[in-house]
Order: sequence, then C-alpha cells, then structure tokens
Amino acid sequence: MPAPPSYPAKPTQVYFFATCLVDTVYPEAGLAAIRLLQREGLEVIFPKAQSCCGQPAYNAGFPREARAVARRQLRAFPRDLPIIVPSGSCGGMLRHHYPYLFAGLPEWEAAQRFAARVFEWGEFMRHVLQVRLEDRGPPLRVAWHSSCHALREMRIVEDSKALVRQLAQVELVELAREEECCGFGGTFAVKQPAISAAMVGDKVTDIQGTGAGRLVTGDCGCLMNIGGALAHRGLAVQGQHLAEFIWERTHG
Amino acid sequence: MGERPAFDFRGNILRALADGQLRRNLQSAMDGLIRKRRAVFDDPAELEALRTVGQSLKQAALSRLPALLEELEANCTANGIQVHWAETAAEANRLVLAICQGERATRVVKGKSMVTEEIGLNHFLADHGVEVLETDLGEFIIQLAGEPPSHIIVPAVHKNRDQIARLFHARIPGAPYTEKVEELNAIARRTLRQKFFEGQVGVSGVNFAVARTGSLCLVENEGNGRMCTTVPPVHIALMGLEKVVARLEDLPPLLRLLTGSATGQIVTTYVNLISGPRRPGEKDGPRELHLILLDNGRSRILADPELRQTLQCIRCGTCLNHCPVYVRIGGHAYGFVYPGPIGEVLTPQLEGLARAGVLATASSLCQACGEVCPVRIPLPDLIRRMRTDGACQGPGGPEDGCRPPLWESLAWKIWALVNTHPGLNALGNALLGRFGRRLPRRGPLAAWSAVRTPPRFAPKSLHALAVKEGLPHE
Amino acid sequence: MNEPARTMILSRLRAAVRGVLPVAPPEWNPPALPGGEARIERLQRLLEAVRTEVHRVPRTAWVESLKPILRQRGVRRLLYAPGTPLGRSLEAGWDDGAGDLPRRIPFERPMEDCKAMVFEVDAAVTSTAGAVADVGSLVLRPDAREPRSMSLVPPLHIAVLDSAAVFDSLGAIMRAQKWAAAMPANLVLVSGPSRTADIEMTLAFGVHGPKALVVLILVD
Ligand code: SF4
Repeated sequence: MPAPPSYPAKPTQVYFFATCLVDTVYPEAGLAAIRLLQREGLEVIFPKAQSCCGQPAYNAGFPREARAVARRQLRAFPRDLPIIVPSGSCGGMLRHHYPYLFAGLPEWEAAQRFAARVFEWGEFMRHVLQVRLEDRGPPLRVAWHSSCHALREMRIVEDSKALVRQLAQVELVELAREEECCGFGGTFAVKQPAISAAMVGDKVTDIQGTGAGRLVTGDCGCLMNIGGALAHRGLAVQGQHLAEFIWERTHG
Repeated sequence: MGERPAFDFRGNILRALADGQLRRNLQSAMDGLIRKRRAVFDDPAELEALRTVGQSLKQAALSRLPALLEELEANCTANGIQVHWAETAAEANRLVLAICQGERATRVVKGKSMVTEEIGLNHFLADHGVEVLETDLGEFIIQLAGEPPSHIIVPAVHKNRDQIARLFHARIPGAPYTEKVEELNAIARRTLRQKFFEGQVGVSGVNFAVARTGSLCLVENEGNGRMCTTVPPVHIALMGLEKVVARLEDLPPLLRLLTGSATGQIVTTYVNLISGPRRPGEKDGPRELHLILLDNGRSRILADPELRQTLQCIRCGTCLNHCPVYVRIGGHAYGFVYPGPIGEVLTPQLEGLARAGVLATASSLCQACGEVCPVRIPLPDLIRRMRTDGACQGPGGPEDGCRPPLWESLAWKIWALVNTHPGLNALGNALLGRFGRRLPRRGPLAAWSAVRTPPRFAPKSLHALAVKEGLPHE
Repeated sequence: MNEPARTMILSRLRAAVRGVLPVAPPEWNPPALPGGEARIERLQRLLEAVRTEVHRVPRTAWVESLKPILRQRGVRRLLYAPGTPLGRSLEAGWDDGAGDLPRRIPFERPMEDCKAMVFEVDAAVTSTAGAVADVGSLVLRPDAREPRSMSLVPPLHIAVLDSAAVFDSLGAIMRAQKWAAAMPANLVLVSGPSRTADIEMTLAFGVHGPKALVVLILVD
C-alpha cells in the first residue's frame, strides 16, 4: 500500500470526477459535492469526456475493457489540477489501481501522475480546504457506513466522520459491525446474489438497531445497496451520500 | 485425488445460508478468534513491522526455493531423515502407503495436517486396508461425522456442543451423552490414548522446515502432534515444498505471526523441532522418520511472478476468520479442502479454473483478508487475478480451463464502448433516465430486486445537470 | 528415492525462479524486555495464565519442595530419569520407605519394553534447557537419559528450570545456546499443559498431553 498522500495547498480550480453511479443514479449527491467545493471558493471543472473509473470491469476480471475506459479518463483530465472524487471506492481505483492496470504499458507514467492528483471528496474538504461546517438542521441521529475501499484502500473514513462530527446537532452512532462489508462488491451482488443478500440483510438489521433516522455513507455503490434494502424492508431510515447530507445540513 | 461428486457451489451456498445454526456457530467462533487476534497483536505498528518481516522471510525463501530444498534434503538426510519427493497427490499417497506396507502397518495415527487433506490421504489409505485415525480433537470429531474440515485451523468449528455430544454418544462405544466440554474432551482423551498406544505409524504435517539444520517445526496445543511423532515406531511427515525456510532464526517471527493470527495465542502449547529419528542410545522416538516433499502444482505456481505470492501462505486461517463470506457460508460450501479467501486463490490454481474458477466469485473484494494476512499476501488482488484468468484475460494469455461466459464478455464490450464514447454515454444516460425505472426485473436486476428496491435512475444525469448549472467543462 | 520426481521438480523450480533476484532475509528483534527479576516474573505470569503452577524453590532443596506437591496431588508413581543430575538428587533425597511418598520409577529401558509403564505412571519430573520469557515457554531437550515421552505421556509433568537459564526471547536462547550448531533429534517448547478449544472455542486443558504442568524454578 502506497504512503498516504501529501496534501497540496488550497488550489483555485479543481476537476470533478462524478463516477458513473453519481452520474446516473445520484446526480443530486454530485451537485451537492460540487456546490460545497464552490462554496469554498473553488472553480469546479466538469470534464465532459469523463465516464466510469473502470472498476466494475477490472474487478470482474475484464482488465482489457477496464483499461480502454481508464485510458479515456487519463485523457479527460489533462491539466495538473486535483481530481475530486465523491467515492472512496472509485478513488481507490484511480489512485491505487490505475498504476497496476497500466503496469508495463506506455501509459504507466501518465497513470502514476494521474493517481497522485486524485482525492476523495471528504478527504479533500477536510485536509486541503479545511472546511468549517455550520449545522443548520434539526437534531438527528445518524448511522455511518464505511465503504470497504474508503476504509482499507483510501483510508479516509476518519475524514468523512470528522466532517459529520462538525455538525453540532447531529449525533453520529457507530454500527456494531461498522467494518463489515455491506455485500455490494460491484458484480458480486449479481454473481453471488444470495450471499450478498445475506450481507446487506445483516447490515440493515445493524442499522435498525442503532435507532438512527439516517444512514450516511461516502460511496454510492453501498448507498444503492443498503438504501435499496432499507426501502425494500419498508424502513423509514433514509440513505444519503455524505455530500448531499452535508449540503442539506449546512445550506439555507 | 479420486472421484468426487460434481461441485455445486450455488447449491452449497444456498444450503449453508439456510442453516441458521451453522451461521450462529460460525459467527460466534469467528468473533472470538478475531477478538483474540486483536488482543495478542495489541500494538498496530509492531504488527505491521512483523507482517513485513514475515512477508520478506517467505519471499526470501521462495526466491531460493530449489537451493533451499536441496539444502534441506542434504541436512535432513545427514540427520537420518529419509527424504522423498512427490510430484502429485497420487505419488505422495503411494509413498505413504509403501512405507506403511513395508512396516506391515494397518493402524496409522495422524496429527492435523492440511496437506494430507489436500492429497486425500485418509481415503486412499483406507481403500488399501490401512486405518487412519485423526487425533486432533477437531479432526477426530469430523472424522466421526464423516465430514471434511470446515476451517483450516478449527476443523469442527461448524459444530456446536450438542451436535458433538450426540455424535460421541452415537459413534464411540460406551460414551455417555454429555454436553459438558470437559467431559467430551475426556472421552476423546480416553479413546485416543489407546490408539496412540497401538499406533504403528504416525503421520504429521510440517509448519516450517529449516534448511540449514534439517529440522521440522510443528506447532500444536493438544499434544497429539507430539504423540504422533514420538510414540509410533515410524513417523511420516508431509509438507508442501513451499514450507521451507532458510535458518532457525527465521522461526521466531514466523511463529509469532502464525500463532497470533491463527488462534490469538502468543505461543502454542507445543512447538516441536524435530531433527531426526531416535538417535543411538535414546529410549524413545520413532526408529524411522520420512519426509515427503510435495509439489502438486506448486512449482507451476512459483513460475508466475504474481501468483507466486500464494506460496507465502502459512495456513493461519485468519483470512477465513475475517471474511464476511466465509462466516456466512462456512468451509464446506467451498467444496474443496481450502476454503475462504486463500481457498478462492489456491484452489483454482491446484484444481484448475474449469473446476474451481467459480470460487473467485465468492468475494466482494472488501479487502478484509488482505488487511490481516500475516505474510501480506495481496489476497484481493489474487482473487481478481483468478477472475481475470477465468475470463481468459490473464497476463500470460488464455489459461487452461478459462471460459468467459458469452453474455458477460459481450456486456463488458458494450460497457466499454459506451464508456469510451461521450456521445454514446450521453445517449445511454438519457435512455436510463427515461426508461431505467421501468426495466424488466430479469437476470441481474431480478437478483438485485429480491431484497432491494431497484436503482432509481435519475431523469437527468450529472453530465446533463452540469451543463445546466453552467459548470466549466473541457 | 524417487529420483525422477526429484529431478523434475527441481528443474521446474529452477526454471521458475530463474531471474528472480534473491531477497535478503530481514532481521527481526522482538521488543526488548527488562532483565533480571522482571524477566522471571513475566515468564511466571505467562505460564500461570495458561494454568501452570509455578514455584520458586531453593536450588539445593528442590526435592523437599517437590514432596508436598506430589502428596497434595496424590501422585503414587513418579517417573524420573536416572543418571541425570536431577535424577541423582531425587534418589538422594527420597525416603523410599516413607509411605506417603510416591514410588520412584526410573525410565531405564527403551519405550518398546516399558510402554505400558510409561502410559500408567501418574507423573514425571524432567529437566529443562531453559525458558523464553517474552512468550512464556520452557525449552526441553530430551535425550538418551531423559526420553521425550516423559514430558508428554504422564498426566502430570513437573519441569525443573534453572532461573539462570531464562532468556528474553526464542531468538536469544537459540543464539546463546548455539542451537544451529547441533540440534537434538527432538527439541520442544512447552507453554502450559496440553489444551484445546476445538469444541465451541471453549478452552479446556488436558487433552492428549499432560493435564497439568508444574514448574519448579531453582533460585539461589
Ligand atoms: S493467506 Fe494469509 S491469512 Fe490466509 S491462511 Fe494464508 S497466511 Fe493466513
């Protein structure tokens, strides 16, 4: 595992890498993340040619297809600006796996440079922008879900939680098995549906046990999985992306 | 390895998931093992340093494997150990049988050893009239039940005490029904003492073999390993050839890692260092000691720079304990000897992708295993590699037995096409926004929707919204 | 020996590692321990944590200290190794006529000729080659005079340890005693009585090896 990143001084411009799930299923989370960056005075650039980080194919065992898509991303963010990603999982792909994906290929150096520019959104908000959040919402109990890659690859879970803890009216509760996977795992949910269902079922029970009214996470894969299971069980707990949650609490 | 029934992973998984008792037994056992491991490795910085040492020691040994094995052979031979080489499981089995037959032995006592499970030794010997008795308590329990181990360290972990109580009562002549753990242990002790007394050949595995001194290191808690290697007149030790290390000084860190990871102990009750059979003048110990070095696919694994890391494994089992999939389906579901993350990586390499490649699907790549492996095997990367090899996209080109499912290959080709052409991507997003919520719940979406509401595709993608918001784009 | 298998395996292995740069094995030094008395205390604490009875006894009077332990446990047959320093002092300090003392049983013949006896005695007393404080292990080096089954088969094992032979770590005792120069056929680290947790992860002592371990630490 590479050393933790060194954080740059606050820039004036950043790139935003939406990720495919934010793009198609949770655009409001992406907008919230962008607005919060803008609120800190940054100009946020949204490259049109961006699509997916390539992780789904990469993890499924299709590196050729993953590489084709990844190559596209390498070209879509040409300038030497930080690339902000509202996902620990996609962030991990871009930062840690791109160099492996292109090992021994001509793009390797570009992948290395690209990787060094990648920051997870909450990580960037905390360490580079050093944001101070002012909570304007009513009291609320919130359960936090750590995505596995945010936890073990990007290691930025403490950053996300630190942002939530800045919200004065929000009570952050821990899940009994906070570090256990929710069972999403990209194609895992489809290839091993029964195991995945058992995992997300346990996660939902764990969340239910906390009495939290909201489930917040920094990854839309987990959100789609857990949120979908919460809704399917008819529970009132709402799942939300961290950025959208913070935007909601601190805006207006 | 003899015929086995066809491997039905799906069926196994569904059966295991439906077994609530199994789930409870596993969950409490794994929670306990995780807690104990954490308690013994209480200084994270020290643990990380130790893991790095463990990784380097095993990599150092693997990088000189042929030389070390020759050194081991020479020094073992000088110590009076008879060294044999086996290319395959079948060859190893025949070697053991030949030694037993040479002794006219029909009763073998065996210590816990995964490599003997790997080669199916018990069945083979039984088929040739040699009775093998498992003497590790956990192995003894599952042998009585006629089951394979479900965990590489705690083989009977799937059974609880009343299941064991019923088993003992039914299968051990004269055993009363009791659910008291102490009494169950006492029954096993009585039964097995007699067998040690009568055993003609003792069989064991090897945790580490020291090339420089020609020594075999075996760790255990029960004393059955010592019994098997001390009391019978002949001792046969089997090891996968990746178990060799260079020097005695390599043992202390590796032992720490092994016992701490496996059972959360700082040291096991017994650490045996065996460097030969009974010497002249000694009053006990086996008269003959045989060491069988087993390849069974390992030399092939060594040839691949990435897969080679599989051979660093010291069989501690902690990747199983930390695996959210293992804890839900248990070891038997994996269908082969090595379950859990290491099984997902090792089994396809030993048994071939065609038979066992499917095991690699049983991971969400959550990386819990890679985070704890004492010798830093990048298990998630290797699981991904198994998938890649299975899809015929391995670095060395298509592998034996790889067969990408047609629909999936096609799906990824289309996915790549869409995600490399902004126009197509925009069209795709628009279509999803428009019709995505009305997709028929078939195939993957059916599986998804069984326990979740389907994804709610947004009417406008972020791409579209960004334009609307007037964000600068390049 | 099956020469073809050996040749084939080795040649495949050589081909597999061709071009692989040999990795130099790293050194590892476990965290240092405070010396002297603290070291013995740690050993004692770790042994007691795994249900071992530890007594510190005067070097010259260990036999006297042993007697009440045996009486209290009702030991009737005690296996020992004649011809060893321990064996000699045991013989010298034993009053064979005293009815409440166990009978001394010397391990004199090969196992084959006295297997039943070894499986029937109540206890055995052995020496140790030293101990490892950081993990709490005794080091036993059975030999021609003190067979290995003494510390394994009888239900009670009494181990006599010289307080001067307690080392910080396994690595330290290996180096100090130059193990690599001459390994005995059998060397074993012992940390407590035999145990298992194979049933519901419930720890239970006394499986196949001794049910109890008593350590006498000889002090001056
Ligand atoms: S792969 Fe690592 S964690 Fe798993 S059994 Fe082997 S050494 Fe232990």
